[in-house]
Order: sequence, then structure tokens, then C-alpha cells
Amino acid sequence: MNAHAAAAAATPGAPPAPTLDPRAIHEDFPGLDQTAHGKPLVYLDTAATAQRPRRVLDAVIGYYERDNANVHRGIYELSIRSTDRFEAARATIARFLGASQPAEIVFVRGTTEGINLVASAWGGANVGEGDEIVLSTLEHHSDIVPWQILANRVGARIRWIGIDEQGRIRLDHLDELLSERTRIVCVNHISNALGTINPVAEIAERAHAAGAKVMVDGAQGAPHLDVDVEALGCDFYAVSSHKMGGPMGAGALWAPRELLEEMPPYQGGGEMISIVGPDSSTWAEVPHKFEAGTPNVAGAVGMAAAADYLDKLGHGRIAAHEKALAEYGLEALGTIEGLRMFGPSDPVERIAVFSFEIEGIHPHDIATILDAQGVAVRAGHHCAQPLMRALGVAATTRASCWVYTSTDDIDRLVDGLGVARRVFA
Amino acid sequence: MRAWNEIDRSTPDLGSLYQELILDHFKRPRNKGDLEGASHTAHLNNPVCGDEIFLQLAVDGGVIRDAKFSGRGCSISQASISMMTDMLKGRPVSEAGALIARFNEMMHGDPEAARDKQLGNLRALSGVAKFPVRIKCALLGFDALGQALELEGLGGR
Repeated sequence: MNAHAAAAAATPGAPPAPTLDPRAIHEDFPGLDQTAHGKPLVYLDTAATAQRPRRVLDAVIGYYERDNANVHRGIYELSIRSTDRFEAARATIARFLGASQPAEIVFVRGTTEGINLVASAWGGANVGEGDEIVLSTLEHHSDIVPWQILANRVGARIRWIGIDEQGRIRLDHLDELLSERTRIVCVNHISNALGTINPVAEIAERAHAAGAKVMVDGAQGAPHLDVDVEALGCDFYAVSSHKMGGPMGAGALWAPRELLEEMPPYQGGGEMISIVGPDSSTWAEVPHKFEAGTPNVAGAVGMAAAADYLDKLGHGRIAAHEKALAEYGLEALGTIEGLRMFGPSDPVERIAVFSFEIEGIHPHDIATILDAQGVAVRAGHHCAQPLMRALGVAATTRASCWVYTSTDDIDRLVDGLGVARRVFA
Repeated sequence: MRAWNEIDRSTPDLGSLYQELILDHFKRPRNKGDLEGASHTAHLNNPVCGDEIFLQLAVDGGVIRDAKFSGRGCSISQASISMMTDMLKGRPVSEAGALIARFNEMMHGDPEAARDKQLGNLRALSGVAKFPVRIKCALLGFDALGQALELEGLGGR
């Protein structure tokens, strides 16, 4: 399938219904059709990893059954077809993220590797002693630790943008931190821990005015928002396949072509070279310069199938569904005595990720009691320890929703929390 | 609204986990606070959940005269360390290793350990063995004990 065919396949044949029907969507996800502890599973941990629609599973199996061969090397038909599938997936992801050309998409293992690639390759060449790297307090460890490693290596300094009492990035604080020493500002598009949608375009504008680059951790952006990297105005955008319904171990990094061309390679190996001499080598064109070794072709194919699936559902309808869930969840959970909700109170500023604590009950106990009732949530620091410190908690309970989540699922959560309150009464 | 015993029947595992004694120690932890003149201390955290505990012991003449703890954690970790500190007071240091080993055996599902009177109230935690992800919570205090007394290879990390 070429890029044109991939784009055509994503265009819905019939006019989309005005709203999503989560019960119908539920049928598309075989992983949701099971019980936990004898009760129908309510999966509220999509922020950790999404369930996968049947068409993604079919795409992965279909690739291995019919198109499996190594890419970019073979002269024979099967290898050419495998390469075509891989490059068509790249074109699909480019379109999905609003990139102007497929060459701006580097396939990686996930958001974490995308950020490590930028910190190592771009950071290694552009961040030096005394320079500053600005991170938001909402960042996931994957958008913190690679920068700490870089900063410690080159003698740069990490600066932190604070958040307000509703878990929103303080733009006034960003302005205070920006200076001629700032080399890059790193923020997530949506906080995995709180669900806050961050004003990335505004952050990018301010950072660029100070001469800094902008890295966006888009792990939670891609599944929930209609991402347009060019409209956001950022310099790097990294996504994970598994957070958007694709297979694990796949992901993509977007950056403008000129920026990728300026950057030195990340890892060395096969496929990323042009000529290998006795002492040095020359590099392949972008994006292949950054894709050493045999890539996760099936992962890329599955990720593209997930992107097509989300396009078919329609980003406007996904957003409307999630806003309705956020409103419903905030209200329903707000009725529970002793419950403190973190993150923005305005559903417009967040997605349907509910991070909360209940007085007198530890998040681990809440999660165990919910699990016994078939409700899967996450309890812990959500790989965001600096954020937990800012909130003054060790851990929270997090229930995260997606396209397949219904208000019935939220009702099951609320009922389960009632049980937890009675156990600990 | 259903009563707790009804909930207990519908989800029997929960009842074996959250026994009265455990909830009591969680809500009213014994030996919580700062121990002046502590001779042995350990600070441990559970990186999975961010919980942390600080254990302090006053050892004199080979006997644990007093034990206190501080920090934060779930009901299982807090009840476990509360009961453990209760049990340690007045015991010879030489018995600590065997206690840690026996408790670890119970956590790994050994039915004999779960009946061993030596473990006293701690036997209320035997149900945790059926919740593998929570075993670490129950062991946190015992890991701290092993670390404070510098005991090797007894279930400590």
C-alpha cells in the first residue's frame, strides 16, 4: 500500500455519526471482552497502555503471514512488499501527526526512545556547559531522566516550570525561566498523571522567542487529540504506538527535516549508513540515519492501523466523547466523601483521566479493592515523582478513559470506591 | 447500601486481606513516632508506589529494648510494621533473623509458617500471600529490620 492508498483508506465512506457509541466501539476491542475476578472487566488504565482494536491485531498478524521479510535490502518481491508496508506506515503516521513529509517520521521503540534520541543526538551536539534545559513539573520520568543524563554529562542545568493548584503549567513561571541560556523546553502535550492538556503552541511561541527548541512528549497527545505538529509549532514530537491502540515496542519521533539533517546519528548499525570505511562511515538520508538495525516493521504497520482506526472514529467525535466523560466523571467522583481530585476542574482543560486520593485509604488499597470488583486502575506515582512531590502526595489512584469507556464504567468505578470506603470505614 | 459482611461474601479474597486486626493497626498504628537514642536505623522506600518507612531500634545488651517507625504507606505495609515493632520489643537481636525468615516463608505461601505461633498477630497478614503484588508491601518493614541490624540474605533486598 502506498502513501496515497493509506490516506484514502482513512477517509470514512459514510458520514460519521454525531457521537461515539462506546458500547459499539467496545466490540472492536477483543481485550475488553473478558472478566476479572468473575466480573466483567472495566479497563480504566488506558493512560498506561490502551487495549488494541481487532484491526490492529489483524494488521500485525497479516504482515507476518504475508509480507514478512527484511526491509530496504532485498531485491525480491517479498522484501519489496515488506518495505512498501513499512514506508506506507511512515506516510500514515506523518499524515496522522500533521507532518509535511514522511521523511520527518523516525520510527523508534516508543516515546521514551524518541526523547532519548533527541537528548542524545540533538542535545549532545547543542547543549553545553552552563546551558539550561527547562522541564515542566508535569513531566513523566521519560521526559526527565534523559535530560538529567545529558545535563550531567555536559554540565548543563535543569530548570523546572512550576504548576498552579489545578495542575496547570504556569506560563508566567516559564517566562521567568527563559533566557539566552535556555537550549530546550520539554513539556508533555497531556499530563499522563493528571490529564491536563498543556498549551503547547503558546509554550512553543515563548520558547522560540527566547531562541530555545521545544520537545513535546506526545505519548498522551496522540490517542486523545487531533495532533498537528506544524500548528503546534514545536521542534520535536514523540509518540508511542501502544498508547494509541497499536502494538507495544513501536513509536515515532517527528522533527522538521532540516533539523533531522543537522543532527548527528543516534545509534550506529546497519541501515543507517551510506558507506562504511575502515575508520569512519557516512550516513544514510533521514529518517534512515536514525534507524539503525532491523526496525520493528510489524509494530509500524500495527501503529499505522491504529492511526487509521482513530481517524475513522473521527478526532472531533473522540474529543466530544472524552469531554462528556470528563464532565460525568468529575461530577460522579465529586460525590464521594473525602475524595480529592487533582488536575483542572474545567473539563475543557483536561481529558478523562481522573487522578485522586481518598482520605484515610492508600491508593494501593483502593486499587486492590477495585480489582476485586473487576475494575482495573493504576495506583502509584505514575512515573512522575517530581509532580507527586509538588502535589504533596506519595501516590494517587488514577482511572483513565478512552474511546471504549462508557459512563457505565465510571459508575462501576464509583460503586467500587464506595466499597473501599466501607472496608476502611 | 450493602454491609461489609455481604461484600466479604461477594469478594472473599478481600476479606482475607483486610482483616479487622490489619485495619486496626493501620488506623491506630502502634510505635509510630521518633525514638530518641536509637542505636540502629534503616530507611527504605518502595519504588513502585513511592511509600517510605524509617525504622528505629534501641538495642542494649543484645536485646531490642524499643522500636519505632515513621513514614507513609498502604494499610498492609503500615499494619505489618506496626505489628512487627510490637513484637520486637524485649526480644534478643539474635531472634530477629529467624523472625524475618519465618515471615518471608508465610508471605510465600508456606501454610506451616501461617500457623506458626511464633509469628503472633502477624499471622493476620497470611492472606497477603494470595495477592502477589502486595507481598512487597508486607515485607517492607521486615526488609528495614534486616537492614537496620545488618543481617544478610534474610529476605532483604
